[in-house]
Amino acid sequence: MISFQNVTKVYPNGTTVLHDVSFEIKDGEFVSIVGKSGAGKTTLISMILGLEKPTSGHVLFKDQNITHMDSHEIQGMRRKIGAVYQDYKLLSTKTVYENVAYIMTVEEKENEEIMREVPKVLTLIGLGEKINNFPHELSGGEQQRLAIARAIVNHPELIIADEPTGNLDPYNSYEVLALLEKLHTVGKTVILSTHDREIINKLGKRVITIDNGKIIRDEAKGRFLI
Amino acid sequence: MTTNTKRVIYFAFTDFYRNKGISIAAIFVLIVTTLLITGIFFVHGMSNYLIDQIQNKIDIAAYFKADTQEEDILNVKNELLQEAEDIKKIQYISREDALENFIAKHGDSDVFSRALSEVGDNPFLPSLNITTGTTAQYEEISQILNQEKFNNLIEKVDFSEKKGTIEKVFSVTSSINRFGLGVAIILILFAMLVVFNTMKLVIDSSKDEINTMRIVGASNWLVRVPFIIEGGIFGGISFFLSFLVTILLVYLLHSGLAIMIPGFSLFGYFMNNLWLVILIQIGFGVGLGVISSYIVVRKYLKV
Repeated sequence: MISFQNVTKVYPNGTTVLHDVSFEIKDGEFVSIVGKSGAGKTTLISMILGLEKPTSGHVLFKDQNITHMDSHEIQGMRRKIGAVYQDYKLLSTKTVYENVAYIMTVEEKENEEIMREVPKVLTLIGLGEKINNFPHELSGGEQQRLAIARAIVNHPELIIADEPTGNLDPYNSYEVLALLEKLHTVGKTVILSTHDREIINKLGKRVITIDNGKIIRDEAKGRFLI
Repeated sequence: MTTNTKRVIYFAFTDFYRNKGISIAAIFVLIVTTLLITGIFFVHGMSNYLIDQIQNKIDIAAYFKADTQEEDILNVKNELLQEAEDIKKIQYISREDALENFIAKHGDSDVFSRALSEVGDNPFLPSLNITTGTTAQYEEISQILNQEKFNNLIEKVDFSEKKGTIEKVFSVTSSINRFGLGVAIILILFAMLVVFNTMKLVIDSSKDEINTMRIVGASNWLVRVPFIIEGGIFGGISFFLSFLVTILLVYLLHSGLAIMIPGFSLFGYFMNNLWLVILIQIGFGVGLGVISSYIVVRKYLKV
């Protein structure tokens, strides 16, 4: 599904964030990307979403080169990806219901479908009682669950979680992790970027370790070793 | 209306309502700038009226010989109208009219009444009083009237005596016009910048939201159009309120201005230019609101 081919990213100030990175992620895999802060995890995730372009090399999503996509194609690709971020990236002036409904609007779904699916997903995620609340009225854990609801409502093929537990307490962190594992069991491809040792060690799934912009380890059942 | 169109309209109205503070601030700025532009329009009307009044007091007169037939004078008048197209006003004053005007103006004065009875006969000459828009036209008319073919009809043309005054008046009025135009352009540019920056502040406050919308795959259309509609809502409300304030100000200032500028009716000017005022206010409020939103959102769509 995702392929990085000799990807290097150098920022205009001369900082090399990724150096000759190559790896592949297959359909249905659960892959964790680990590394210290500033190792290049977020840049790598941003490249999958088309937010950053590599200085050299290629990033492929379903055999399509993201580097060569125009704005319209990138937006089409983003609709196939559900993304969860550390800072949630919720729409602050929209209610819980509208935040999720917006994603379906982006996909031009019919009103009936939106009205049927959104409450279902919110109930599933434990926010059924808070559909009329605004994001600032939710706790950190609830905001992250809302972000997950938003990420899954369109049934995307790929779910990317960039430090999703960064702002959460252990209880909420495990709840988020449990949700991601559940999505994996129903066949979704999940990419989790984190520097949370306990989460990685508990998962027992493929781990790509990045250090100073280079892949130093790629293990099928990895552990957090930096 | 398609579902998507209904959705962007809904987004625009809910954003407008939920960002009440920003919306009110933006509308307030738009009202102030729209009223500024409307004020410029009214000041332009008043200054034009005053300049017209001054220029209308300037004329040149061609005095005909006492025995000239009225028919000959009217022929000269027609010839002038044909040859000099920009004549604003041309008035034939017969000897009798001139005498009547004089008596009406100075009848109360013993000195003038005695002078008239001393002369005995009507001492006034028939004349054509001509008013035009520029100094150059007065020069042109003077040349036409001084042609040889009119020598046996015309006693004198008083242009050379008035030339200095005419030139001075026209130079002052044209300076006022130029200065007024300059000030108006600066104020209009200033108002446009204020509106643009207000819309920029409004949209800047949604920068993160626009970023999120792009990340989740929203099309340019879905992101941009609600902001453009919101700009239109700001403009529409500010137009409505500006128009009400304009009516109120016209009502309040009408009688005061009539005393300060005799003959000028603020209410009449407003009614005569009602559609233009509406067009200016809609153009400035709605037009600029929409255009500014379009330009500002564009900047954030590059994610």
